[in-house]
Amino acid sequence: MVEMPKEFVPVKVETMGEPQTFTGNRGLAIEEPLIFEIGSPETSGVDFEDPLTPALFPRGEGEEAAALSSGGEGDSGVLSPLGERDRVRGDSFANRLGGLERSEPIGLPGLSEPEAVRHYVRLSQKNYSIDTGIFPLGSCTMKHNPRLNEKMARLAGFADIHPLQPEKTVQGALALMQELSRWLLELTGMHAVALSPKAGAHGELCGMIAIRAALEARGEADVRRTVLVPDSAHGTNPATAALLGFNVRAVAARADGTVSAEAVRGKLGPDVAAMMLTNPNTCGMFEPEVVEIAAALHEAGAYLYCDGANFNAIAGKVRPGDLGADAMHINLHKTFSTPHGGGGPGSGPVVLSQALAPFAPVPFVAKEGEGLTLVEHAGAAGETAHPFGRLAAFHGQMGMFVRALAYMMSHGADGIRQASEDAVLNANYVRARLAGALSQPFGDRPCMHEVLFDDRFLKGTGVSTLDFAKALIDEGFHPMTVYFPLVVSGAMLVEPTESESKQSLDLFIDAICKLAGAAISGDTGRFTAAPRFAPRERLDETRAAREPILRYKPPLPKA
Amino acid sequence: MRYLPHTDSERREMLDAIGVTGIDALFAEVPPSKLLRELPDLPLKRSEMAVERALESLAALNVPAGSVPFFAGCGAYKHHVPATVDSVIQRPEFMTAYTPYQPEIAQGTLQYLFEFQSQVAALTGMEVANASMYDGSTAAAEAVLMAHRLTKRSKAVLAGGLHPHYRAVIETISHYSGHSVGGATASPAQSFEAQCDSETSCVVVQMPDVFGRVSDLTALAAKAHAAGALLVVVVTEAVSFGALKSPGAMGADIVAAEGQSIGNGLNFGGPYLGLFATRQKFLRQMPGRLCGQTVDRDGRRGFVLTLSTREQHIRREKATSNICTNSGLCALAFTAHLTLLGEAGLRKLGSLNHASAVALAEALAQVSGVEIVTPHFFNEFAIKTPKPGAEVVDKLADLGVIGGVPASRLWPNDASLANLIIVAATEVTTENDIAAYRGALSEVLHG
Amino acid sequence: MSQVKYTKDHEYIAVEDGIGTVGITNHAQEKLGDITFVETPPSGKELKQGDAAGVVESVKAASDVYTPVSGTVIEVNEGLNDKPELVNQDAEGAGWFFKIKLSAPSELGALMDRDAYLSYAQEQG
Repeated sequence: MVEMPKEFVPVKVETMGEPQTFTGNRGLAIEEPLIFEIGSPETSGVDFEDPLTPALFPRGEGEEAAALSSGGEGDSGVLSPLGERDRVRGDSFANRLGGLERSEPIGLPGLSEPEAVRHYVRLSQKNYSIDTGIFPLGSCTMKHNPRLNEKMARLAGFADIHPLQPEKTVQGALALMQELSRWLLELTGMHAVALSPKAGAHGELCGMIAIRAALEARGEADVRRTVLVPDSAHGTNPATAALLGFNVRAVAARADGTVSAEAVRGKLGPDVAAMMLTNPNTCGMFEPEVVEIAAALHEAGAYLYCDGANFNAIAGKVRPGDLGADAMHINLHKTFSTPHGGGGPGSGPVVLSQALAPFAPVPFVAKEGEGLTLVEHAGAAGETAHPFGRLAAFHGQMGMFVRALAYMMSHGADGIRQASEDAVLNANYVRARLAGALSQPFGDRPCMHEVLFDDRFLKGTGVSTLDFAKALIDEGFHPMTVYFPLVVSGAMLVEPTESESKQSLDLFIDAICKLAGAAISGDTGRFTAAPRFAPRERLDETRAAREPILRYKPPLPKA
Repeated sequence: MRYLPHTDSERREMLDAIGVTGIDALFAEVPPSKLLRELPDLPLKRSEMAVERALESLAALNVPAGSVPFFAGCGAYKHHVPATVDSVIQRPEFMTAYTPYQPEIAQGTLQYLFEFQSQVAALTGMEVANASMYDGSTAAAEAVLMAHRLTKRSKAVLAGGLHPHYRAVIETISHYSGHSVGGATASPAQSFEAQCDSETSCVVVQMPDVFGRVSDLTALAAKAHAAGALLVVVVTEAVSFGALKSPGAMGADIVAAEGQSIGNGLNFGGPYLGLFATRQKFLRQMPGRLCGQTVDRDGRRGFVLTLSTREQHIRREKATSNICTNSGLCALAFTAHLTLLGEAGLRKLGSLNHASAVALAEALAQVSGVEIVTPHFFNEFAIKTPKPGAEVVDKLADLGVIGGVPASRLWPNDASLANLIIVAATEVTTENDIAAYRGALSEVLHG
Repeated sequence: MSQVKYTKDHEYIAVEDGIGTVGITNHAQEKLGDITFVETPPSGKELKQGDAAGVVESVKAASDVYTPVSGTVIEVNEGLNDKPELVNQDAEGAGWFFKIKLSAPSELGALMDRDAYLSYAQEQG
């Protein structure tokens, strides 16, 4: 068995002249080693039925038969899933692994249940989260994740069904997917929806492939190889376009941060397949000429892909279909409150216009007689459908569909509209109260659900956007999005969402004002030393990149 | 509305502070004809109780795997997940946290990702693993694209035993990114090695394959390498890592696997968990997030996302992938479950799964006309019945048994597979379940 | 006859006897921050002026490096594999990326000399 040397020694830190502790802990702030430093390969926090387990590794025949027939000894008294039958089997259990048993040690530690629970609870205490406080990340829509969603997603009828069990045994699941589709289509004014993409970027891929498929059907795929992308776009946009072999042509914004139809027309040509546009854009502004842009694209034989990351500003107020969108992905983990989970899982269904609907990928739900069925193969899709293929195994992020639908049904059409209005209200309230202290790259004008600042207010202070963000951590807040969009210097993008109370916003605004004042009055140390009160101070990212350590390696034995 | 904190008077106060009289003043940039006057044609807000009732009635129309004798696999498996796991992933600080871009206040997420990466590397027998991808099928597609980049070739050869959904995903991505795909049909006997040539960037093999077959890939790895191609090994049943020789030990260059079996329930197909591991020398071409160890200003060990220059938010059109989100919380469930199991527990789990499948095979073989067509398997195998598999599975369902996945569901156009059913058994399979299946199958075939 | 010329993309080329040593300028390394990785073109590769010849990465950014002139790569700086920080420490000396045998020395005429480059870099901010 592999030795699992336990060698984590927390570094004792003397912080600001405060006394050291012996353990390196500070009250509830407890240092937590890696599982490899706590557990051992022999320990397990899971019990299995014993002593039924037949040997997988070849043993002598006599040994084997003896072990199996001795049934009585060492019997925990618990009936095995395989029952008595196996214990009295005379013939030795010959495994059918074809000699491919794993005989080498794997190197995995095990923890008992109490140790495991403590490990993860302590780790969780080192995380900031929406449930901790305001999480004003622009473009991420960190709204409250309702607990009802979690309860509904865990109903056995949703959580414990297999994607390939007979369709008549999962009609409720298919009905849920249909209902979710109805809400998405009605809110967006679009014609069809592909539910299978697993995240926003995956949805972008879906939408752009649908566009390519439509161009192929028109015989123009080889000619139209260019995609227009505003320079303020999220990185996934050009990455998706490049993956599909498109050339990316940037479209510059006007001085006010928005894209003009004229600028788009200037970049159009017979080689353009589509434009990828985020609306509201990544600077937090509604694109006022989106209708003309869509028209110009359609006239030129191209399509409009909408990045729906910012849908939270307009859900229930404006429908992208009415603006001329041909495809739009929706981030269920943004607009529709499914949890971010520390980075995932997401879900990125894509709504499609009438022009693109025929190319939606498999699988999709369709009516069949009195019930519902999944169309899983292009051949079964019917005459009018020409699915471009499949983007993922099975049917999509059902766990997220349940959560999103619970959210939608709870809010209703009126609640969704109110949520969007409150999101826009909150962002503008933050803007209005900070307009004097911070600098806005496009002047002080109404924004949508997020407000963009730049670092001009910090000029000459020796404090960067990054330093400012780290000082916010010490004040008890997660920083806003920083350095995105790239088109603005030292960007700070604040999206409070509708979940923040006025009191919460006032506290946040107040802290930022005081920090801005501190920076301008020369209190640089507060910023460059930050964060001082988080579980870790600033981490050496250069070292992490120059000398990557990406897995646990046991320390070398001491000589 | 219970999720919206503002009162109407607060809204008015805030509008005043902004200097506008009504909320629509803040929507002034929207073309007036496009600003909806009427509400969307959807139900109005409902109480928690009402929403619960509505969703519970939909859930009640489905047959949960745990409520019947259950034998479906094919890329998603019914396992027992300890209660602790759900308790861990419902910790609000894990569930409602974001991607750890501010590492000082995300050490919880970062440490479990580091532990996860370490476990995945160990399980797969590879040198480095990433912080997860959406699922096994998209991980497989990303592995193919990575092989193209590394070898500067453009054709992937797919083995016949690859899950048809995985094949379809790879074919879709390949077609639209300008690459090509070769490979065998599903017929087990056909050899695809003849299709490997100087244009081949990788050979993609699933082990155990979609029919449950286990085989030693060492010779295939040597052949692929001799042709200058990489071996991509796909694994859809993560528990098999506890029982079978690892892909790394057999010569794999990239492993793309589905982690659902450990920590994550069936969930009708998602969210699932892509595991991705490779050799150290290929690190820079690896897609997805990576968590690395470092120190903070006080010299304390800590963790950060690293080597981000591969990713979309920096490289944009030159990124290794467009992926942004990973499967965070599913990865947490996986690592927590695996930590509870430990090595001894994982091996035991593997043994139990295999023993269940062997017992099932022996029982079904006793039903007249049924043939077990997979000689060597882990916890899944294919049976051949005298009647079409789809019809058999349908009738079994009427008798209260979910008897597996008929091959025709995955290959609707291959008549040679029409009488095959792919069946799986795991540690949750009981003696009674097996007896029920045998009895029901007998009735369906001969009753 | 040796000379040093500069490009608008912040590369420099120090030419001696028809061989040019290419790297990024001190200004560029300052803007990029701590360099974490350098990708150099393979030895023997033929390049045309303006071709992407490599990549230089810092923690938060990645920049393409373009060749200032056409020619054949004859040597790459292996030291950068282990010590990418050489680029930060001595960008225009020990932190060189690759050496190229010029196929069209007249191309140098279109590049900036040191004074012109320094003003240009200052303008850029």
